[in-house]
Amino acid sequence: MKHLSRCAAIVGAAESDLGIVPNKNVFQLQAEAAKKALDECGLKKSDVEAVFSAGPHSYLQTVTIAEYMKITPKYTDSTSIGGSSFEAHIGHAVAGIAAGLFDTALITYGSTQRSDSSRPGSRIERDIFEAPYGMPFPLGGYALAAQRHMSMYGTTSEQLAEVAVAAREWAKLNPNAFKRDPLTIEEVLNSEIIASPLHKLDCCLVTDGGGAIVITSKEKAKQCKTEPIWILGTGETHTHMHISQMDDHTVTGAQTSGKRAYEMAGITPSEIDLVQVYDSFTITVLLQLEDLGFCKKGEGGRFVQNRNIRPGGDFPLNTSGGGLSYCHPGLFGIFLIIEAVRQLRGECGDRQVKNAKTALCNGMGGVLSSSSTVILGRD
Amino acid sequence: MNYPSITHLLNDENKPYFEATKDQKLVIQYCSVCHTHQFYPRVLCMNCFSDAVQWVEASGKGKLYSYSVVKKTFIPEYKDKVPYIVALIDLEEGVRLMSHMVDIDEGDLFVGMEVSVVFREQIGEYKLPQFVPAK
Ligand SMILES: [Zn+2]
Repeated sequence: MKHLSRCAAIVGAAESDLGIVPNKNVFQLQAEAAKKALDECGLKKSDVEAVFSAGPHSYLQTVTIAEYMKITPKYTDSTSIGGSSFEAHIGHAVAGIAAGLFDTALITYGSTQRSDSSRPGSRIERDIFEAPYGMPFPLGGYALAAQRHMSMYGTTSEQLAEVAVAAREWAKLNPNAFKRDPLTIEEVLNSEIIASPLHKLDCCLVTDGGGAIVITSKEKAKQCKTEPIWILGTGETHTHMHISQMDDHTVTGAQTSGKRAYEMAGITPSEIDLVQVYDSFTITVLLQLEDLGFCKKGEGGRFVQNRNIRPGGDFPLNTSGGGLSYCHPGLFGIFLIIEAVRQLRGECGDRQVKNAKTALCNGMGGVLSSSSTVILGRD
Repeated sequence: MNYPSITHLLNDENKPYFEATKDQKLVIQYCSVCHTHQFYPRVLCMNCFSDAVQWVEASGKGKLYSYSVVKKTFIPEYKDKVPYIVALIDLEEGVRLMSHMVDIDEGDLFVGMEVSVVFREQIGEYKLPQFVPAK
């Protein structure tokens, strides 16, 4: 797999309008983000040969958005595995570029779930063996994992709250973040419990928004206006669809997808300068930090308490403010990548992490169901 | 308490499980080739991929793997039921299923506790398997 490392780069990354965007639809959001991402690197829509998209915005995702943008691709991939779809798309784009199938790929996502008052989970057909028990989807699945982690490892609600508070501290430095008002551990703990042990403020936002990523080959990247952010490693897997079918609720597929990405990149967790992991819920973050090798299994809670994941700390994590405070339009995976690219380029202003050369992004979809990892680096 | 009908989700593969609840029996699949149980039911044994799967009655005993007390829900039919305890149960046959814990206060729940099945609540023409602390 190592031969795939550094053969493609992200040269464009952009958000659409975020937050509450009642006047735009999901295709407008994606097209606007795509234009921004192409414009910044100097590539044209006619350069796009491969299209990638995912999510509940369409029945045939790439078909629909490509028609809207009048793109007739030679490579198309609607791999839709939840929040981690876009990290998986990056891996697939690298493979296609390395195989010589195309040079330039466009990944897009958009959602108006806030303005529609809908959640993607509400469209998922309920399973006969789980539905009768009324588990709120997907929150209840994460609550079951959190309770198991607490019981096995002594993880506390305070430790989970630290994830939400640190995200808010980062969001305060991000002008695009949805929630920027102060947040304390006590406020998280005093927020209403929805499904124990998770509180309302352990849960991600519900916003509108879209994003786009442009990936191109090594040769074409040299002609782009932006600094190439090299794709060093990728990995993907999924382990179950139903939370009752998960083997061990304290171990996610990030262990597998992360291992593959590290192997492809030829680096270890200690060489990562900046981490963006999926924060659908606070517990999701702890599980990924453990599974991606930043701490031992069971130590995620103590890790976030001791390592200082807030701005100025020694472990820059979810520097945009994450899905907990920056935005979360249904699927968050593409925004992990956008933030990592901007950090590596040094475009992040007040929240800029100094001298960051490598970043790891990990998406997670469903109920801890799918995991995809991307490791990025600059020259 | 009435639970929303599951009739529209029934098919030949899952129906025997619910039919058995009418007799207060918990049934799961057993593979006579590799001698393992599986749940939920599938057309083949997904351990050895043989088609030698058959329904057998489970003991109804197991351990609480994890739980969550649902205090607020956006599922309309469950709004009047809160709080209720969603649980994952590891049956002694080696399969895991979702259920409810009943007859227990939140503070007395603990992961690993011994539990056993009860059939009290009606779900359409069937009974809903739930679990109580083992006597
Ligand atoms: Zn078998």
